[in-house]
Amino acid sequence: MAIPLSYNLRNMVVRRTTTLMTALGIALTVAVLLAVLALVNGLRVTLATSGDPRHVLVMRKGATAELTSLVTRAQFQDLKFKPGIAAASDGQPLASLELITIISLEAEGSGTGDNVTIRGLMPAGIAMRHNVKLIAGRWFRQGVNEAVVGKSLSDRYPAARLGKKLRLGRSDWEIVGVMDAAGGAQASEIWGDANQVAADWNRVLYMSSALVEAPDAATAKALVNSIGDDTRLDLGAELETDYFARQTQSATPIEYTGIFVAIIMAIGSSFAAMNTMYAAVSRRAREIGTLRVLGFSKLSILTSFWLESVLLAGLGGVIGCLLVLPLNGVTTEVGANFSQLAFAFHITPESMVAGVVFAIALGSVGGLFPAAAAARKEILSALREI
Amino acid sequence: MRFLPLILRNSWRNRRRTLLTIASIGVSMCLLGVMIAMYSAFWLSKPQDNQALRLVVRNRVSLAVFLPLAYQQEIEKIPGVRMAMVDTWFGGTYKDAREARNNFPRFSVEPEKLFTLFAEWTIPEDQKQAFIHERTACVIGRDLANTFNFHLGDRIPLEGDIFPGNFEFIVRGIFDAASNSNVMYFNKEYIDQSLPERRRGQVDTFYILIDDPQHSSRIADAVDAQFRNSTSATKTESEQAFVVGFLSMLGDVRMFLVWISAAVMFTILLVSANTMAMSVRERVREVGVLKTLGFTPGTILGLILGEAVAISVAGGTIGYLISTVLLKGVQRSPMGGFLPALRVMDPAVAAVCIALAALIGLLSSLVPALGASGAPIVEALRSTD
Repeated sequence: MAIPLSYNLRNMVVRRTTTLMTALGIALTVAVLLAVLALVNGLRVTLATSGDPRHVLVMRKGATAELTSLVTRAQFQDLKFKPGIAAASDGQPLASLELITIISLEAEGSGTGDNVTIRGLMPAGIAMRHNVKLIAGRWFRQGVNEAVVGKSLSDRYPAARLGKKLRLGRSDWEIVGVMDAAGGAQASEIWGDANQVAADWNRVLYMSSALVEAPDAATAKALVNSIGDDTRLDLGAELETDYFARQTQSATPIEYTGIFVAIIMAIGSSFAAMNTMYAAVSRRAREIGTLRVLGFSKLSILTSFWLESVLLAGLGGVIGCLLVLPLNGVTTEVGANFSQLAFAFHITPESMVAGVVFAIALGSVGGLFPAAAAARKEILSALREI
Repeated sequence: MRFLPLILRNSWRNRRRTLLTIASIGVSMCLLGVMIAMYSAFWLSKPQDNQALRLVVRNRVSLAVFLPLAYQQEIEKIPGVRMAMVDTWFGGTYKDAREARNNFPRFSVEPEKLFTLFAEWTIPEDQKQAFIHERTACVIGRDLANTFNFHLGDRIPLEGDIFPGNFEFIVRGIFDAASNSNVMYFNKEYIDQSLPERRRGQVDTFYILIDDPQHSSRIADAVDAQFRNSTSATKTESEQAFVVGFLSMLGDVRMFLVWISAAVMFTILLVSANTMAMSVRERVREVGVLKTLGFTPGTILGLILGEAVAISVAGGTIGYLISTVLLKGVQRSPMGGFLPALRVMDPAVAAVCIALAALIGLLSSLVPALGASGAPIVEALRSTD
């Protein structure tokens, strides 16, 4: 027969200081794990909303990032007229030749520069990015040194606010607008006219990449293959969504470090949980003896104490989730492809469940030995203990 | 001090609990040790010996924007500069970029200068000469050689992206370095040769060797002043600052370290406080007896605080020792190449770790110790638990 769970719950309430301290130790471990998962998740969400399944990103064959890719204007002229590319309202193909480069911006009060992506693009490039909306000012004009900055940038860098002048390559640019990207990576970029950016960086012939839009996702897939197979064009293509998904890798070092830290902390807190449970067992020696006399089996004693440890850890897991909740939505940055990408911590119900399961696993390992010690006690000597 | 044996005996009374506590603190403390060592290496420590003699010049705009090769001559004319070497990040792909270990750092440099600049690296003289004289030669660090089991004479193919083309390098030298050496160097001439005319002479960074560490900030300022009004303004900083700057591209590393350290410290505090609370609670009656025998509240306070400090210092010391092993692992990991030189067994870091452990022990036992030392004798003796 099993010992009722309320026996464990009452015990935990009676020793509430010890219970809380042990649970808090476990909670912090869970909080560290969840914070790291939320970081990686946030990055994933941002990158997932950045791409459009109808978009095909065209780069030099073998290039893995826009920054290291080269596409010539001549190549773009051929590419533009490939079948499968959707037409804009004016009848022109939806294709944008773009130049990507980087500048260093100084954040408020940091003193060190962060790398920020500059993208020179054609009008079609703006039209294609359906997630990008202007939230202040206006779009840049063609043929002038005007720029529109992403919201994450204008929030973070005083030099990149509306109306300011920003030195990009070799000349000053006026910031005429601020855009938001519905959570996408574009909110961490500065946009300007492709030709102006190219002139400013003295890169007139070689641009970086091209983005084209297909009428639907299936055509986009076919377009990827037909561009890749076109030997005369000599360019590589991939779905924009695939390109962004690959960028998630940039969080891998942080993810691994975080999980490693959480596991080491878990070892530490499972020792602490063991300590608490051993103390519980030794303080309740007489109770254990009494329970045995009443007819509870060794197995039910073992289960009971083990369950108490699991409950304790589960409580810690829940507190850990609560501790980390305020982090949800807080903006942070990581470097992706040599430039900063702003995104928000994103705590999912799944990761919270994972946190509680992690805590329970920790508690069940930590509780096993003390529970076994409780079950092994001889009835007589247990009753005699004070 | 007279009471030290008593303190130690007390802490040894419940061996299992003490050992578990020490283990718990030790495990957490080893994490803290690694964090403190990293923090100190990144932001606090002074560069050592040769490293203090090296400055790095890059484009003020960004690392991704090149500098003209012509700057080299002008830099070398600045007083105090012994030499300037071209050091350009090659990027490119080795076999399959999706496998993390294939993305080791590789640079195109000037072979005849490399081992003068990094004088602390050791390489057999004949290998060094072969590297200098053979255009398609490369040298690799011992760590890289071990990762891929590369031997002298092996060929390493790379597909360029920043510098397009297919290149094949022959391993002519393997050098040893105290820091991470998961890195590959080859001749910039070989790369330049295969580029179209207008792409030649583009340089990522110049590594400068200076005559005296005292002059480093003066020389850095002089270099930047030289090119302030040129087409590409420069930014010159110490090698250490350069590496930390590179690392900060990963994200806010400093905040990451501080937050995790805080969480770890708080966990240790809880673990230690819990242990001390448990052990004091068991001993309330005993404290009553001690008081009856004439122990003052102050002595009892000291006894309990001392016990907590002894336990957490033991945990802290073990933790620090484990952290040095972990630190070695971090340094040898593929990521280690992007980190500044980490000092294993830094006495300052050890002192901070152990002092922190002692402080945590002290804080954690303050509440139960004050409770015990303040309890009236009669009540303490009456306590049954």
